[in-house]
Parts: sequence; C-alpha cells; structure tokens
Amino acid sequence: MLRRRLNRLLGGDERRVDSRTVYVGHRSSPDSEGFIPPKFCDNRIVSSKYTVWNFLPKNLFEQFRRIANFYFLIIFLVQVIVDTPTSPVTSGLPLFFVITVTAIKQGYEDWLRHKADNEVNKYLVTVLEDGQRIRKESEKIKQVGDVVEVEEDETFPCDLILLQSSRDDDTCFVTTASLDGESNHKTHYTVPDTEKDLESLSATIECEQPQPDLYFVGRMHIYKNNQEPIVSLGPENLLLKGATLKNTQKICVAVYTGMETKMALNYQGKSQKRSVVESINAFLLVYLCILVSKALVCTTLKYVWQGKPGQDEPWYNEKTQREKDTNLYLKMFTDFLSFMVLFNFIIPVSMYVTVEMQKFLGSFFITWDKDFFDNEIKEGALVNTSDLNEELGQVEYVFTDKTGTLTQNNMEFIECCIDGFQYKHRDASSELDGFCVTDGPVSKLQQKAGREKEELFLRALCLCHTVQVKESTEPCLDQVDGLNNQVDGLGIDGDGLGIDGALSHLEEQRGFIASSPDEIALVKGAMYGFTFLGLESKTMKILNRNNDVEYELLHVLNFDPVRRRMSVIVRSSSDTLLFCKGADSSIFPRVRQEEVERIRLHVERNATLQEGYRTLCVAYKLLSAGEYAQADAGLREARLALQDREEKLMAVYNQVETGMSLIGATAVEDLQEEAAETMEALQGAGMKVWVLTGDKMETAKSTCYACRLFQKSTELLELTVRTLDDENRRREEKLHDLLLDYHKKAVQDAPPVKEGVTSWSSSQDYGFIVDGASLSMILNSSSDSSNSRYKNLFLQICQNCTAVLCCRMAPLQKAQIVKMVKNSKGSPITLSIGDGANDVSMILEAHVGIIKGKEGRQAVRNSDYAIPKLKHLKKLLLAHGHLYYVRIAHLVQYFFYKNLCFILPQFLYQFFCGYSQQPLYDAAYLTMYNICFTSMPILAYSLLEQHICIEVLLDNATLYEIAKNAMLRWRPFLYWTVLGLFHGLLFFFGVWYLFYNPALQDNGQVFGNWSYGTIVFTVLVFTVTLKLALDTRHWTWINHFVIWGSLAFYVFFSFFWGGIIPFLSQQRLYFVFANMLSSVSAWLVIILLILLSLLPEILLVVFRKPRGPHSRQ
Amino acid sequence: MITAMMASSYNAKEEDGHHSGAAGHGGAGADKSRKPDNTAFKQQRLPAWQPILTAGTVLPAFFVIGLIFIPIGIGLYVTSNNIKEFEIDYTGVDSKSECYACARNFSWNSTTPCTCSMNFTLEQPFESNVFMYYGLSNFYQNHRRYVKSRDDSQLNGDPTALKDPSKECEPYRTSEGLPIAPCGAIANSLFNDTLELHYVDSNGTKVEIPLVKKGIAWWTDKHVKFRNPNGNTNLTVAFQGTSKPVNWGKPVYELDPLDPENNGFINEDFIVWMRTAALPTFRKLYRIIQKKSSTTPTLPSGRYILSITYNYPVLSFDGRKRMILSTISWMGGKNPFLGIAYITVGSICFFLGVVLLIIHHKYDNRNTSADIPN
Repeated sequence: MLRRRLNRLLGGDERRVDSRTVYVGHRSSPDSEGFIPPKFCDNRIVSSKYTVWNFLPKNLFEQFRRIANFYFLIIFLVQVIVDTPTSPVTSGLPLFFVITVTAIKQGYEDWLRHKADNEVNKYLVTVLEDGQRIRKESEKIKQVGDVVEVEEDETFPCDLILLQSSRDDDTCFVTTASLDGESNHKTHYTVPDTEKDLESLSATIECEQPQPDLYFVGRMHIYKNNQEPIVSLGPENLLLKGATLKNTQKICVAVYTGMETKMALNYQGKSQKRSVVESINAFLLVYLCILVSKALVCTTLKYVWQGKPGQDEPWYNEKTQREKDTNLYLKMFTDFLSFMVLFNFIIPVSMYVTVEMQKFLGSFFITWDKDFFDNEIKEGALVNTSDLNEELGQVEYVFTDKTGTLTQNNMEFIECCIDGFQYKHRDASSELDGFCVTDGPVSKLQQKAGREKEELFLRALCLCHTVQVKESTEPCLDQVDGLNNQVDGLGIDGDGLGIDGALSHLEEQRGFIASSPDEIALVKGAMYGFTFLGLESKTMKILNRNNDVEYELLHVLNFDPVRRRMSVIVRSSSDTLLFCKGADSSIFPRVRQEEVERIRLHVERNATLQEGYRTLCVAYKLLSAGEYAQADAGLREARLALQDREEKLMAVYNQVETGMSLIGATAVEDLQEEAAETMEALQGAGMKVWVLTGDKMETAKSTCYACRLFQKSTELLELTVRTLDDENRRREEKLHDLLLDYHKKAVQDAPPVKEGVTSWSSSQDYGFIVDGASLSMILNSSSDSSNSRYKNLFLQICQNCTAVLCCRMAPLQKAQIVKMVKNSKGSPITLSIGDGANDVSMILEAHVGIIKGKEGRQAVRNSDYAIPKLKHLKKLLLAHGHLYYVRIAHLVQYFFYKNLCFILPQFLYQFFCGYSQQPLYDAAYLTMYNICFTSMPILAYSLLEQHICIEVLLDNATLYEIAKNAMLRWRPFLYWTVLGLFHGLLFFFGVWYLFYNPALQDNGQVFGNWSYGTIVFTVLVFTVTLKLALDTRHWTWINHFVIWGSLAFYVFFSFFWGGIIPFLSQQRLYFVFANMLSSVSAWLVIILLILLSLLPEILLVVFRKPRGPHSRQ
Repeated sequence: MITAMMASSYNAKEEDGHHSGAAGHGGAGADKSRKPDNTAFKQQRLPAWQPILTAGTVLPAFFVIGLIFIPIGIGLYVTSNNIKEFEIDYTGVDSKSECYACARNFSWNSTTPCTCSMNFTLEQPFESNVFMYYGLSNFYQNHRRYVKSRDDSQLNGDPTALKDPSKECEPYRTSEGLPIAPCGAIANSLFNDTLELHYVDSNGTKVEIPLVKKGIAWWTDKHVKFRNPNGNTNLTVAFQGTSKPVNWGKPVYELDPLDPENNGFINEDFIVWMRTAALPTFRKLYRIIQKKSSTTPTLPSGRYILSITYNYPVLSFDGRKRMILSTISWMGGKNPFLGIAYITVGSICFFLGVVLLIIHHKYDNRNTSADIPN
C-alpha cells in the first residue's frame, strides 16, 4: 500500500497516458471491423548489460570512462609512443591487471544477470491457443492478449488479469516474496461475470499504458449475446509478474509483457553512491599538480642546462640522427611527457587496486561477524555495497524509521481496554487467569466491563481484519475441533482461560496470513474469546466457545495510511454491523464523544508513559437496512469509477464510518530488542538521531521516550499542526514566530559548543518534534526568500537538538529531510535505517542506507547494508565502521606517502644526470615497488588493524567520534606529504653524500649508478615498511608474516634478479645487490638512514601518547 | 608473472587465515546454517601483540642507539681520517700546468700521442695497498642516452648480438657498414689516458712503480657478465667482421694483447668503464699498487712523477681529470660523511634520551601529584 503511494510520489507527473486495448485471446470484438492487432513488445526480460559480442568494447569503454583508468591509459600510450625512460610494461602491467580483474568481475556479474534473465525467459508457461494448452517458454508469449494458465506455485510470467480461478470463491492467493519479501499471502479476485467457458469469451480490456506505478485501473468489455457488460478492473485483479501463485490454478490474460511489466518498469539501477573517501580525489589533484610541476621544472631546467656549451651533446654522447632531426618544440613536448612518465608512479594505479581490494575483502568481516547473526531468521548481515564501509565510521546523522525499526514488527498482544477497563495479558502461564483486570475499579469480576461489551469487543477484533487463514494444512480443522474442548475453557470471565500452550499450538497449526502484523496480533488476541476460523466465499467463520458463528462479509473498507483505519461490514443472522478499527486520532472524531474520554486516558497513558505500545481503537456501528443499502450502492459505484476512483472511494468510506460507538482499545507490544541501548550508544558517539515516521505524533513520541531518545529532562520543542493552529492568526505567521522562538531557545541561548565537546555534555537537551504538514510548510512555503530562511532556521534548530522526531511523514518527505541535512553546511554523513519499502527513498538518499530485518527484499536490494536487528547497528557503526574508517584513511595517506618518497629521489636524481630522465631505480624495482614489495603489508594492515580493540570501542561510544573526516583532511595529508618529502630527501642525499667517494668496497672497487639506486631503494622499502610497522597497533601473525615476509621477499627478489639464476646474467643489475651487501659502508648507511627517517616518527608517537584520547588500559 | 604472484600470495594468505583460525578455535560453527564460522580470523579476534610505544619503552632505546652509534661514528671517523688520499688534477686548464699543451692541442686525428708528466710530493708514506683512481668531473656517465647505449648481450659474448648490435647503441652501432664491437656510447668513450707513476728517490733516479691492472673490476663482471665471443682464444678471428668503436685507436682485441685473460670484452679497464658512474663527478679504479713487504711502505713519502699519455679530451665539455691515490680501509675509500653522520645521530639520540627522561620524570611527578588530591 505504501509502496503504491511511494511509486506515485516518485512517478511525479501523474499523467494517465492514453489507454491500451487488449483483445483477450486475440479474438476481435464483434463491433470492430478492421481489427489491427496493436503492436506490443514481447515478453523477453533483459536486465543484462552486455552480450558476448559487445562485451569487450563496451566494457573497455565503460572502464576507461573512469578518470583514473583513462589517466593510466594515457601514460601507457605515451610510454608506447614516445621514447621514455621506463618501459611500457611498468605501467601497462598494473593497468592490464586492474582492467582485467574489473572486466572479469563485471563479466561475471553480467553472466549472473544473463542466467537470471534466462531463468525467467525460459520459464515454461501454459498458453491457451485455439482451445489447446501449449507449453511455451515464457519469452515466447508474443502478444499482449495471450491467455495463460498458471498452476500452483508457478510464477507469473507477465502482468496478468485474473479471469478464472479454480477456487469456488473466485479468488487466488499470491505471494510476492520474490518481489518485496513480504511472505504474506495476498488475495486477488477474478474479474466478475466472466463466463466459465473461455473458448467463447470475447472481450477487450482497456487499461493504461505501462507505467511503473503499481496502481492499476482498467475496464473490461465482455461481448456476449449483444450485451456489453462493463466490468471494472482494479489492482485486485492484476497479478504482477514475479509473484507466485499459491494453492489455486487459474487462467488469466496478459496485459503487460516483457520490459513493460510493472516489475521491469520499477526496476531501476541503484544509483552509485560514492564514498567521501573519494576526497582522495582532491589529494590526487594535488599530487597531479606536483607531478606536472616536477615535469615542468625538469623540462625547463633541461633546456637551460643544455644551453651551456658542450652540455647538450658532448663528444662522448652524441645524439642519434633522428633526435637531431626532431623539431625543438616537439622534443620539448616529448621530454615533458617523458618526465611525466618517469614520475607518474607518484599517482599509483595500485592504490585503486588496493583500496578496492580492501573494501571488497573488508566487507567480508561484516558478513562473517557472528554477532550479526540472528537465530530467528537464520541470517547474518548482508553487504550490498562494499564501497561504503568507511562511511560507517563517519556518520553524524542517523535517520531511523520508527515502525519496524525502532519498534518490532512482530507484535504481541499486551493488553486491551474495554469500555474503560483495562485487561492485561499475563505471560506467566502458571496463572490461570491469562487475562485479568489490572486496572480500573479494583475488585474482581463484577467490576469488569459488561459481558456484552467484552464479547462485542472481541468479536470486533475477530472480524475487522483482512487476515487469511492458511488452509494448506488440512488436518488443521480437525485439530481445531479437537481443541474445542480446551478452547471451551477460554472464557472471558476467568473460568480457566488462556492456556498458552494450547493457544500457541493452535497458532502453529493455523497460519494466519495478513498484510500487517498487528492484525495477526489482534486476531490472536481475540482468541481469548473468539477464534477466527477463516473466510470462505465471503463468509467469515468464527468460533465462539462451542458455536460456529458465520458472518457474511459484505464489504471491506481497506486500510490506508491516510484514513489510518479500516472497517468491515458484516451481516450476521440478525443484523448488519460495521466494525472499524484504527488509530485513536482517526477514530475519536467519528464516535460519540461521551465514550471517548474513558478510553482516551488509557490510550494516552499507553502511548507516553509505558513502553511505547501501539494502540488501536475499536468501534462499531449497527447499520440499518436503509443505511446499508445506501452504503452498498455508494461503494459499488465508486469501485467502478475509472477516474478518481480512490477519491470517490474515500468519500464513501468517510461517509459510512461516522457515528460509530467506541468499544475499546488495544495495546500491542512492539519495541525492538536493545533499541534503547543502541540509541543511547549512537547518541553517546555523537551522532544525532532523527526519527522519521509516518506514524502519528503520540505513538512516535512514546517510542522516542521508550528508546531514551527523549529523556525526562529533555525540553520538547514542538512544531506540529497542533501548535500551529491558533484561532487568531494564520498558520504561516505562527510558524514564523515559533521558528524564531525555538531558534532563540536552542541556538542562540545555547552555550557555544566548542569543537570536540559533544552535545550530550551541554546543559539543556532539546528535542524537536515536527510533523509532515509543518515540514511541508517549511520546505515549500510560498515566497522564495522566506523559504530558504525557514529552512535555515529549521536546520539550525534541528542541529542543536539531541534528537529530532518527524512524524506523519510521507516516504518522499523522509527523503527530503535526509537530502536537506545531507546538503547542509559541512555536508555531514547521513545514515538511514529502515525496514521496508516506505524507507527505500530515504535509504537511497542517505550516504549509507541500512535495512534491518527480514521484510522487504526489494528494500534490501536498495540498501547498502542489511542487518537482522536494530541492536546490530551499534557494533556495525562503533566497531566496524570506526575501524574501517581508520584503516582506509591510513591506507590512503600511506599510499600517497610511500609513493612520494619513492619518486622524490628519482626527481632529485634528474638534477645530477643532466635532466636526461634517467631512472634511479631499475625497471623491475619501479614495477614491483607498488605491486609486491609494499602492497601486502598495507593491505594486511587495512584489513586487520584495530588501533583500539573492538570491545573497548563498543564500551566507549565516545571513541567513535572522529570529527568530520578528520583523518582525511588537509592537515594529516600535509603531515604525510611532509613526511614523504623528508624521507625522500633523506634517502637521496644520504646516499649522495656516501657516493661522494664511490669506492665503497674494501677492495677499492667502485659502485655505479645502479648501486646508487639499489641502496636508495633498499632504504626506501625498509623505511616505508617499518613505518607501517610502527603504526601497527595490532600485530596478528598475519601482520608479522606479511611485513617481515615482504622485506624478506624484497631481499630474495633482489638476489634473484641480481643474477643468482644464470639466465639473468645480462641484467644491468647483475650482482649489484650482492655487491652492495658486501660493502660495510652500504650497510651502515642503510641502517643510519632507516633509523634517522623513523626517529621523528618514534618521537611523535612518544610525545603524543600520554595526551592522546586513545590511551587504553 | 607478477600479477599471478600477487594473486596467489593473496589467496594463500586468506586460506591460511581461515585455516589457522579454524584450528585455533576448533571450528565451532558446525551447524550447516548460514551462521558465520566462529573462527578467530573471521571474528577479527586473532591473537595479537599490541605494542605501545611509551616514553618508558623508547627511552632506553634512545640511550642504546646513542651508545652504539657514537662509538661506531668515532670508529668510522678515525678510520676515514687514517686513510691516506692524494689527488692531483692533470686536465691542463691552467697555462702553467704541464698538460696545458696536450689539452689545448688535442685532435682526434693525431697519430702521435701527446704525453706530459706532473711532479708531486707525498708528505706522508702510504703504508698499505695503494689504489690508483682516475677521476672525471662534469662527465655525465649517468645521462640516460649514455647509460642505455650499450648491448649487454654483445658484451656477454653472444655471437648474433656481436654482428647485429642492439638499436640502443645508435649512433655508435655501425661504422662503415660493419657492426661496432663493442657498440654504444659508453664503450666508444672508453677512458684511454695512460697513467704511470715514478718515484724519485733520494738520488734523483726515477723508479717506476709497478701498477697491477687486475682485480680492479667486480669479480662477477669479469667472470660472468662480460664474455668474449668464442672464448678467449683467437680474438682476432672472433671479432672479424666487426669494426672498432670510432673513437678508439685500436680494436677491442688489442686492448691488452699480452694477456689473453685481460683482452677483448674482459679487459678490466673496459669493464670498469662500462659500470656507469652514479654522479657526474666520479672516480674509477685504475690500478692497484701492491704492498711489497711489511717493512717498507708501499709509497714512501717523497717526490713522484706522474706520466700521462694524454688521449682523453674533456675540455670541450668543461670537464676535469684527476689522478687519485688512496689507501682503503674496511669501509672503502676516504669519506668522513658516515663517521660524522653516525656521531651526529648518536648524539641526537642521546640528547633526546636525556630530554625525554627529564620530561618523563616531570610528567610523572605532575601526574602523581595530581592524583593525590583525588
């Protein structure tokens, strides 16, 4: 229901495009002469992106659209074309690796899509053609208008109109589990008045053109015997593709096929959410500038230097003929490119690979976490996007849905209030009175509400619902009969009722299927007196003690979120009754006022003081024959309307549901496990929690109290229709005044919040309550200037409140709020958590979207993470999120650092080699540095580091707070850059001083340029790795293995490359490494430089430690 | 190869992790549901060493480093100071210089070599083996065009590369239609001054000091990396069909006609030259003067004459040529840098240690005093 609204809201322009006409069974109607079958698309679903033929070009194109890949491709091409110092392999190999891995991943994903498509498209369906049943593959349903037969447990191949059901009551049950995960069975109805003989059926269906809106109206013309009865079609006749048929066989006709089905139209690719860690793009830009300026400096200096006589082309080093012939400016340009290539390692491909790998592998720790495993639903956490792991550590605003998120959708009937007397269900089964009076007049039986009232109340609960009894278990009825004796005992007046064991046994036997869990809770609640046995061809069977009572179900006035109530009109043997249940706010105005007061007390107490029970009021009305006839006519007429059907229905509903008398109220227990603790932890971690709910204010408020979002001391600022309504003034004025007033209170008078001091320490807590109507006034107020001003005021107030409650929100408004906060100053990271389709919009809008729970597969698909329970949010954010953020921030900074000090010596070397682009390091080292020598330790670090252990993080929520992306701001970036510069300079000049006299061996032999490079490189690899080792706070054996293994691998590789293996004897590095190790001076300088580079680091650690907030016990 | 290595090492890691975790915790997740395994690795509970650097742990380290580095530094400094080194510039820039004429009148075509000799005095005797270097300045042996202008497989004795040298050798690849052996700019610019050293004894007679020309190149270069084509026998035949480098006076097989073990590509002077220097000012080992007996110094103090056959022009690119005599210690040639650096770093560490100690002490005091009122 909500989804329909959502879709309509998202659909935006409500254009009801011209309709399409479907000829059932392709039989032309008698009156249409020139029957031209209209052209509709076939039933093939295509969700895959590639085919075998276009995979390579299309995929490559998509990949190179990424700016980084494109940059590396350019570098590679430059290396291929221009004579550059390093071979194309050095950058081509990593690029090839990245591209290949990504292509394989995407190819695999697309293959899965192909497989899924095929599964759908090759699905065998039975098509009725010329009276014969033909099994066909689903994709071969060529035409809209084909008549299809679907059997039990089959999936609908396209959107269908139900023509005929094998059930007597012309209904069928459908589960949409594969669409939205709701396992409830939904009832759909056949088109009334169709003949049983489909052979001769000649009809056309007129309906809208395909649109994503799940709403459906249409009408069917049936031609028989020159009559043309027109039958209206509604969503209850439409069977959506993808849903599964349960326990009936039936025949239907296709109306929308293939990509035009509502499912396909509703399938939209999830928009890519980019992580804020993408702020590395800014860093990248800085490094790109460094790179370009380095290349420019070198190019300029080269030509200045060459201007001196004898330098450009000394006799010992003549140019080739081609070089001499090249145009000077072209040469300058290629020189510039060459320098770019030489220094391009400063922006490493490998960083992207490592970051991706870290994110991908890191997300496994979330799915592996056994703390996220829920025994009830046998599922753990689910990670849909690994891109956002670190965002979880940066969340500032949490937007949570109330229903099903803070509250549990598994409801339990707790108490009820009949005619002002409260009845409570006791858990303790030892007490025979499962149901006893706890309130109201103190003494016992006599003081209870009147017997008739009780019965009426329970009967109302038992009848006023759309619950289905699952009939698949045939012996169930016998069981019930068998249980009758026990049920017999379940009288209200205390004569041994409420044998819970029996009840639960009964529940297990008869599955109740309902669209809302509280209906089930209520029906179960009613079992204390009445047992609902089922609905059979518009007859509701009820077991009252020993008597079966049958009620004819005349009309169901469906629940919808606007009316917030539902009604049934039933006819018992004697009279026609209307039962209505709904939220108190929607019931109270419609009942006789004198009854209200007695119940209001209970309702309000339930809502605010106790644990956030969900209350519903129950009312009834006796319909006279005249009244009923009028209502019946109104309803029928409205149902047939093709235009504005909803509005018309609403009007009739409102008309019927008046003048009822109130019977009582129910309370259903609802709060999620550990919801309060979780919310407290989140607030303790400095996050602001906003509750966005479609629910009414009172319930929402009570939930907030129950979750301890609002404390007793919290001063509530209310901005709702209630506070806005003032006889004297217009709403806008009042809104203006209130906003200013609250702003003064919360923002101006509040002590200036210092950086780092969190809001919970401030003197006065404010809670802000706003409802949907007021919000839309703020957001959409008439004049532009006041609009933005209100918005600002509103935001400022909200930001200064510890908790904000937005009630009565439409799904789209939720998204609006999230968007508003997301785009506010400082662009805070937002997280939305919800549980169902109505939260999808805000989940998509927020930086991180989390779905909790089992309902709503569709929602899960749209979310970034799914956790089974709300309480898991705490660990997900405080432990996982925090760690991931610290890890990836360190990873990114470290990558820039290690490449800066890798390339800086190479840059400095240009000053000593005549700006000739001579690389300092051997090509193998250039290639392997980022891939092998230094990649694994940082990867291991970024997967395993726990600078503070998880338990401590969970215990001290305050540790979570890292102000605004602090580890990826410019300051730490500058620190790392300076560190890289320092190390680079140290490495180069340390060795440079050593090479003042290159006779470094004890046999007087001298070292050449490759020895120079190798010494620098050795110092580099060791320093960079040991620097990481210094930063590692959590040394598992993997860290040990990888860090020491990397260093060992470097040494081993150098020996190997240096020619232990004979075929490498022509290498220019032949024995350079071994010779280096034979020189004591080289050893000494390596040790010296490593130590000297790490010295400031150690000092910093020591000085920072005692004052740091992260000290541990 | 590299990618494969990376991938495999990564996989190995993951599997290892899983395995050990399962072993460590006995694989509690026996039930076949989707419940995550309760292994230490997957639950991020691998036993870990969590070192914390505090003043307490770092302080001793600073002192230890200081105490180790300062003696090493002093040792290095003393060693470096004990190394005797003598350097003489014989470029002949100055008109007063003996080699001025040779430097000025240099021409590639002259057939008679220009010689000059320089007198110098060693104030102190050189006791142990003396190593004779030539030094060049402003000579960019590390220029990229220069560094890559060689064919390592040709130098390794590959017969095909001998006849068809690598393209990298351009423009020193062929001469008059014949492939150059050894090809390339490095080989072409082989340092070809001849230096001789004479001791002028008290009588005024010149005594030639024997210079050993073996053992100046890396052993591995001499014995593995550089190979003559067709072994060391009959180099004239082996190099037939090739041309000498344009700037050379004689072909490669006449570099040392007297010693077949030092001729052709495995001539040590040639090998030393082929190991390109790191910086534009460099020295290369030229000869070794062996110590004769334990009683007399290798080079007694006194007057010496350096006779130079001046073949190598450097003035055109403003270069300089030097001859260097040096003894060698375990740390190599004379270089005070290491000693000074070690002493400095050692002192800094020690100093920081003291400072840290003071800070630590004070901080602790304040800490405890602050604790008392609580």
